[in-house]
Amino acid sequence: MTTETAALREKVSPRRRRFFSRQDKITLGFFIGIPTFLHLALVWLPAIGTILLSFTYWTGIRVEDIKFAGVANYENIFFNTPIFWDALRVNVVWILWFFFIATPLGVLLAYQIDREIRGHKFYQSAYFLPVVLSLAVTGIIWNFLLRPDGFVNGLLGLPISEAVSFFGDDRYNIWVIMIMASWRHIGYIMLLYLAGLKAIDASLREAATIDGATEWQTFRKVVFPAMRPVNIIVIVITIIESLRAFDMVYIIYGGRGGLPILGVLVFENIAGEGASMKGAAYAVILFVLSIVPIITYLQQQFREDVS
Amino acid sequence: MTTNIKVPEFPKRKKKLYAQDIKDRFISAFIAIFAIVWVFPIVWTLWSSLRPYKEIRAGGVFSPPQELGFFNYEDAIGRMELPTYFANTALITLPAVFLTLLFGSLMAFVVTRYSFKLNVAMLLLFTAGNMLPPQLVFIPVFKLYLILGDLVGDRRFLYDNHWGVVLIHVAFQMGFATFVLSSYMKTIPKEISESAMVDGASVFTHYWRVMLPLLRPPLASLAVLMTTWIYNDFFWALVLMSTDSKRPITSALGRLQGEFVTDYNLLAAGAMIAAIPTLIVFFVMRKQFVGGLTLGSTKG
Repeated sequence: MTTETAALREKVSPRRRRFFSRQDKITLGFFIGIPTFLHLALVWLPAIGTILLSFTYWTGIRVEDIKFAGVANYENIFFNTPIFWDALRVNVVWILWFFFIATPLGVLLAYQIDREIRGHKFYQSAYFLPVVLSLAVTGIIWNFLLRPDGFVNGLLGLPISEAVSFFGDDRYNIWVIMIMASWRHIGYIMLLYLAGLKAIDASLREAATIDGATEWQTFRKVVFPAMRPVNIIVIVITIIESLRAFDMVYIIYGGRGGLPILGVLVFENIAGEGASMKGAAYAVILFVLSIVPIITYLQQQFREDVS
Repeated sequence: MTTNIKVPEFPKRKKKLYAQDIKDRFISAFIAIFAIVWVFPIVWTLWSSLRPYKEIRAGGVFSPPQELGFFNYEDAIGRMELPTYFANTALITLPAVFLTLLFGSLMAFVVTRYSFKLNVAMLLLFTAGNMLPPQLVFIPVFKLYLILGDLVGDRRFLYDNHWGVVLIHVAFQMGFATFVLSSYMKTIPKEISESAMVDGASVFTHYWRVMLPLLRPPLASLAVLMTTWIYNDFFWALVLMSTDSKRPITSALGRLQGEFVTDYNLLAAGAMIAAIPTLIVFFVMRKQFVGGLTLGSTKG
């Protein structure tokens, strides 16, 4: 392990310096310097910048015009912007839907496909196919089913003038869009879970079956607890994806109106002419909501490293 | 004694297996039907893209087809300028994937092979950065691109330029690549590195000649995964570019949807064409794709 010289400790113990030539040090500096610089400059510093800007008034044009606003932007959002609460409600419904419907379906599919039922290879591909499509393409594909002269309205036998407006009608749009989102999400969860299941010792399950456990008991008492790390990641992904939802709603409504969700609300307030730091405050709220899942994820992934 | 216990249990067990068999068939049928429902939207769009829109206008969605062919595809390529948008996509995706893998492997190499006190902290920072909502960084990045553009005397130096989009992708995805590659590198025996260093290999040789060849499998998986993600990205090209003819195909589809709303089947052909590269990646390199996703499993 002597060769695993710590570059920091190196300065303290000159004895080890012979392992690093001057050239090596420069190489190492470049190796971590360039990526770290880029990452900090384009991710972390801007993130901090947005957090600071959310406490200011600014139109986003001249840096000299930035004025301190305190929590005015947040006050404005919480007390004077009813659409924020609408959007938050939609995001919460979205999370609940993913959590109780889409994710369990993905897990169920993974569990059955893992048992290698006939045609499992085909099913795996079929369910995973939507995951590789971009959300823009997904939006167009589903529009084909749901537009006034589309498949579903045709099936219902409605003429165009009486057709159900699945995206325009508030009674339907959230459900329709969540089904579209689930179309991708279920395949993704299935794949993650499938990989986890493959790693589980098969003898565990055999033992449970020999002991006379039913399938449901085997899953609940044996497989599910053994999948703890994957379960945590699946939950985190479910929440993060629900909060990140943007593309699909944007592509359907063209960034104006439609179903209010936080991702689009931020976009409306930061891009284009209407730029104000209220948008920054929205982005910070979105960030605050994602902190818990992000930390949970990091804890799960770096458990061994830290201890 | 033992036979006495086993005998009455035998028929009961058989019955149970039989019940399981019926249940299995039921589940298989359910999964099969569900799978058909799953691919149906794609098949339907494909079917519609082969028909002229005016037929549907005239006879409804279920009218029997009179004309079938690839005319919508020919039209889409010509009228939607799809080749231009594909070229734009390539200009963004290829350098972004290459730089992400390069920087990710450099970071992972240093972090796992040369122990710093800051190693875990750096990895944490990179991985967390990858998970931040893109909206959180947008305003300052946008401003920064404009300021840098003014500094070099060309407003379109990074803003409205494919290099600007490349850089932001690299900065974000690097975190994921570093995380995946470093967890892979931890499984490579340290002795390999030690013997390289004992032999007097420089840091660069150690990276280039010793580690990089060993990293081929995760690099292949990551390349496939990153290509799909960056190809499918919608947000960055939308907000960091203002000239429409410079946008990649995924972002361009949004505008085309508004423009070609009167000929929806043409749009279907456009969407199908836009999906082809990812479908090829999916069918040809599915193993790498799945491998990459499950190596780190953050997002999709």
